Amino acid sequence: MSQLFWVCSIGVVLLFIAGIYCVLASFTLVRAIIGLELLTKAVTLLVILVGYATGRAGLAQALAITLIVIEVVVIAVAMGVVLCVFGHNKTIDAKLLRNVKG
Amino acid sequence: MPDITIILILVVAMVIAAVYTAMVTRLLHSAIGLGITSAILAILIFQLASPLTAVFELSVCAGLISAIFISVTSLTQRLTPEKFAERRRQRLRRFWFLPVIIIVAAVVLSLIHIPMTFNLPAPPAENNVNIILWRLRHLDLLGQIVILLAGAFGVVIFFKEQK
Repeated sequence: MSQLFWVCSIGVVLLFIAGIYCVLASFTLVRAIIGLELLTKAVTLLVILVGYATGRAGLAQALAITLIVIEVVVIAVAMGVVLCVFGHNKTIDAKLLRNVKG
Repeated sequence: MPDITIILILVVAMVIAAVYTAMVTRLLHSAIGLGITSAILAILIFQLASPLTAVFELSVCAGLISAIFISVTSLTQRLTPEKFAERRRQRLRRFWFLPVIIIVAAVVLSLIHIPMTFNLPAPPAENNVNIILWRLRHLDLLGQIVILLAGAFGVVIFFKEQK
């Protein structure tokens, strides 16, 4: 159990680092959302891992399914925003989006 | 108890796919890498005795979300070769701090002592996900329905305003 927990924990940390890097080091909106998706995957794995380690796999599965549903909705809305931005500005490069008015 | 060798192979493959997703310059390749990461994660979740979540991960995340990403990538404009080369150079300049972060994370992880004896109360009598989801946590389902409706209306409003 201990070895399995460590191996998966390191996987979660590395997945988090890849997601944070993807969000920070990219100017394209789609890539930033892909980074967000990687971060969510790390959280999903962590929830399942903790449920497995504590003997509450059922509860962890219920939470992970809720997380996946929220993730899908967030991605769908974010993609709608990206397409809207592209329709107005003909670019999805965040550096070039200078005409946003509050 | 799953075989630790299989888990190790799956975790390594998942991390490689995730790093490929984060590093590759083309958005289409990145979306495909994300799908591969999701598929490997689904197998890993299945190994951790959570089959229902694994099915959700495989069908929704590896299937639907990858399809959404690929569709949006094909709908948006592709970079010109000059901009593509410039973008690649910019990304290579930013690569230097990723190994530093990984090394620092590894050092911090090796220093932190995580107790492996989980002194938690006894697990609940019910461990069946169907009963937990439909009877014990039915408010979660209500929340999921509300979020799905909010997302659907949100997308409709975005495309309505675009006309």
